[in-house]
Amino acid sequence: MEHRASVIENLGEVRAMIKRHKRNDLLFAGLGLLCLMLGLVTLMLLFWQLIADGYPKFTLDFLTEFPSRHASRAGLLSAWTGSLLVMTVTFVTAVPIGVAAGLYLEEYAPKNWFTDLIEINVSNLAGVPSIIYGLLALGLFVYMLGFGQSILTAGLTLALLILPIVIVSTREAIRAIPVSIREAAYGVGATKWQVVYDHVFKYSYGGILTGVIIGMSRALGETAPIITIGALTFIAFLPPAPITAEPPFLNFEWLSSGFTVMPIQMFNWLSRPDHAFHINAAATGALIIVVTLLMNGAAIWMRYKIRKNIKW
Amino acid sequence: MQAPVELSISPRLAKNIRRNVKERVIEVILMLAALVAVATTFAIVGVLLYESLSFFKTVSIVEFLTGTEWTPLFEDAHYGILPLVSGTLTTSAIALAVAVPIGTISAIFLSEFASHKTREIIKPILELLVGVPTVVFGYFALFFVTPLLQALYPDLSTFNMLGAGIVMGIMIIPYIASLSEDAMRAVPMSMREGSYAMGATRFQTAIKVVTPAAISGIVAAYILAISRAVGETMVVAIAAGQQPNLTFNPLESAATITAYIVQVAMGDLPHGSVGYQSIFAAGLVLMLLTLSFNIIGHWVRKRYREAY
Repeated sequence: MEHRASVIENLGEVRAMIKRHKRNDLLFAGLGLLCLMLGLVTLMLLFWQLIADGYPKFTLDFLTEFPSRHASRAGLLSAWTGSLLVMTVTFVTAVPIGVAAGLYLEEYAPKNWFTDLIEINVSNLAGVPSIIYGLLALGLFVYMLGFGQSILTAGLTLALLILPIVIVSTREAIRAIPVSIREAAYGVGATKWQVVYDHVFKYSYGGILTGVIIGMSRALGETAPIITIGALTFIAFLPPAPITAEPPFLNFEWLSSGFTVMPIQMFNWLSRPDHAFHINAAATGALIIVVTLLMNGAAIWMRYKIRKNIKW
Repeated sequence: MQAPVELSISPRLAKNIRRNVKERVIEVILMLAALVAVATTFAIVGVLLYESLSFFKTVSIVEFLTGTEWTPLFEDAHYGILPLVSGTLTTSAIALAVAVPIGTISAIFLSEFASHKTREIIKPILELLVGVPTVVFGYFALFFVTPLLQALYPDLSTFNMLGAGIVMGIMIIPYIASLSEDAMRAVPMSMREGSYAMGATRFQTAIKVVTPAAISGIVAAYILAISRAVGETMVVAIAAGQQPNLTFNPLESAATITAYIVQVAMGDLPHGSVGYQSIFAAGLVLMLLTLSFNIIGHWVRKRYREAY
């Protein structure tokens, strides 16, 4: 009976404790929500600020004018064409090499020290600061190989930069393909390459594309490595057109042309003392953000869709 | 009678051989593609070492590592890397002071408190924000955060490490939150259920069970964030100033290693000059800094991983 009395006496304390703990729970949930919102709201504020500041320049002229000493007349023409051409080089080099490397590591590579070496390299490269790639390109592409400060150099630099992203996403996409698919293909007499290309690669297409898009959007916004190779900031001409009217219809002179890209143009406008140029910078920033967010958004949405629609 | 038999086999054999050769060739091509990654690493180390060695022919390593003045572009040139390192460490420390608490608490909230639906919405947004180009954050630091800070401390200069560091921190929050949340989600449900069965509240479970179990992943996220902050270029180049300055005072303006490289690359120093070589020496220091953080990160994740 004594024992029972003490339990009832303590009940009040226990209830107080439970109350306290529940309050702690709520308090922490509130703090967590606050922190999360603090991060998100600040970032939203940043985008709003960019859009509000750059609003006066959201005109078609801004896209069709060259840079100028007069802020009001300056435009992005050479910058966005430059970005487009550099991204083309990056795409053409990084995607085949990255996908091939991913296929090799996942489907062919034997389990030995050599494969380990490649894997360690890939994961290490993903952690190398982007400006180091710029130094590599400056020493190797610009001077040793003599490509100069050209679209080719910039495109190859960014290709090396996004290579780990493409390789890792290719491998993840391939890993999602069940072994039974490969065994079925081998069972009807396919060779290794037929299995890898006709089945593994084709079924993991969506996942690979996701990684490619994320990589390309990273390349679009990257500034530091391109500044390091010495891209010019004031370009009032367009590179030679890649497509010509007379045969052979393709012209590769643009590869060795000088160039500027959108983030560099923004950086240049930002560093000027005249406030009128800062409006141009804000408009450029808004454009870069919209394009990269659209690309990343598409990629994340695709990944979500693929995860939901797996049929095996 | 034997001749026709031989004839009927040999085309098949020939086809087989062709097929095997083709398979081998494809395998070699794919391997070469994988080797590009290895070649890149060697090329980075090679280029940095090659140019740095030429640099150290003119400048003594002792001066480089212990000198307190960095003025390679002046007539009276001094090559002490310490001012750049102090700038880099100060801005990174500010960034982490902002990002680690906010990122971690956000991750705990997302993983342990938020409903499934909230998580499904917030997680993609975090991934989206990790991809925002850094040059845009430079604009934010220079034209939004610094004016705000100047309202608090009127004698703050336009270029200062505090504003740049804070913005870098905001930039890294989604990174830490996303990676830590992944680590916490990987803790098996049975551990939480065990904790709840003992009468623990959500808060107690989150702090005393889930966080310790996921600590290797969380710390690895911090270390990767440090290496990202140290290597970050555009925010500090735009907002922290370009003047090397041996100080840990966040209110002052100072250049980081990355900002110095950008500054030199924007000008036109002749190829092969000491100034040109100095950016490779600075890059080598940066590379070693981030590499050691990355290695520590991998080690922590391996060493302290709780396997279930």
